[in-house]
Amino acid sequence: MKHLVAALLALAVAAPAWAAEHEIIQQNKKFSAKEITVKKGDTVVFKNADPFVHNVYSQTPGMEFDLQQQQPGGSSPVKFDKVGEADIRCAIHPTMKMTVKVTE
Amino acid sequence: MKISWFGAGLATLLIVVGSTASAEGPKDRAALFADYRRPAEIPFPADNPFTVEKAELGHTLFFDPRLSKSNVISCATCHNPGLGWGDGLAKGIGHGATNLGRRSPTILNLAWAELLMWDGRKNSLEDQALGPIEAEVEMAQNVDELIVELGAIPDYRIRFNSAFPGEGLTKATLAKAIATYERTVVSGLAPFDRWIAGDEAAIPESAKRGFDLFNGKANCAACHSGWSFTDHGFHDIGLPDTDIGRGAILKLPSMRHAFKTPTLRDIARRAPYMHDGSVATLEAAVRHYDTGFVRRPSLSPSIKPLGLSDRDVADLVAFMETLTSPPAPVILPVLPIGKH
Repeated sequence: MKHLVAALLALAVAAPAWAAEHEIIQQNKKFSAKEITVKKGDTVVFKNADPFVHNVYSQTPGMEFDLQQQQPGGSSPVKFDKVGEADIRCAIHPTMKMTVKVTE
Repeated sequence: MKISWFGAGLATLLIVVGSTASAEGPKDRAALFADYRRPAEIPFPADNPFTVEKAELGHTLFFDPRLSKSNVISCATCHNPGLGWGDGLAKGIGHGATNLGRRSPTILNLAWAELLMWDGRKNSLEDQALGPIEAEVEMAQNVDELIVELGAIPDYRIRFNSAFPGEGLTKATLAKAIATYERTVVSGLAPFDRWIAGDEAAIPESAKRGFDLFNGKANCAACHSGWSFTDHGFHDIGLPDTDIGRGAILKLPSMRHAFKTPTLRDIARRAPYMHDGSVATLEAAVRHYDTGFVRRPSLSPSIKPLGLSDRDVADLVAFMETLTSPPAPVILPVLPIGKH
């Protein structure tokens, strides 16, 4: 029992606050927000509401990802587990830019 | 924004066409017209706003071959207004008759562009303007030496001081002057513009069917969108060459063989087509998108067999021809006196 309590306590300390999910829509070659702030460990779901493909990516050091060719109607989660500011773009449509600010 | 220095010619280009879409066409046409209306003004960046002095100076510089090492190549050599601001060649020719790897792109409507060059490696016209001057294969001119050479021409010295008070002639102001002029290079009013303004007689019925195909079955508008018929984006359209284009700059799988979507404005006078000049006619360009592309992992998913009939192809070509404005004269500046 003592061990179980210790384990639960350790888990409570180690686990971050409940991770939230945020949604960003890509429509008319724009992101639905120019900037959002999320907590470390949160997930941002990128949804393609345009009738053509997008390719959302970030090359911010330590926060890189590449969703590759995302089909119309596609939905892709990206977990942000590092504090910082990720510069997010669409490789296909360079006018599409946004920032995801990740805080503790 | 001041446009008076260009006189009636440019003012005509900037006229915003009528505000009422044709009520005679299908309803979905009228809804689409809004996406294709010409903008009212040319956008200029806050850090390089339009002035008459800057634009006139940039105009003169654009046509001055002394900007090249050989003193025979000007910006207008490859971006010739008589050829739709391109050179009419499949691939450009630079310093010492060097064959360049890609077609000289038009400079039409670049004020609205996000990234410059076929592969998007330049972030602004100011960033781009000095690139071809310095490139060994293009104009091969050391820009530091060019500043000295231009500074020895009294009229240029006076005009740079007037256009850039407190700055005068520098690499940065050279780029700003050329960029300002380039932003004023805007395609003229085309039959298509008159049609969406309500003149049903402005374009033939075949072209109207082509417009429907362009926005429907042929899927052209997936990339050739907006008033200038470009999304300013990067796509692999399946041309069978080895040039990886944007993929060399932005190292993502989807960017391999991707090139910037060119404007379709004034397209009829800008053959041959594509970044490699490999397509001779508009008809061949349409057929490429239907059946001529190479399948590979980076191919844009917007490219797929279209099942176009011969009449569809003819209608699409007829439509694209209506995007070309009537020929309009371009002023050739008399260059400041000074030694080569």
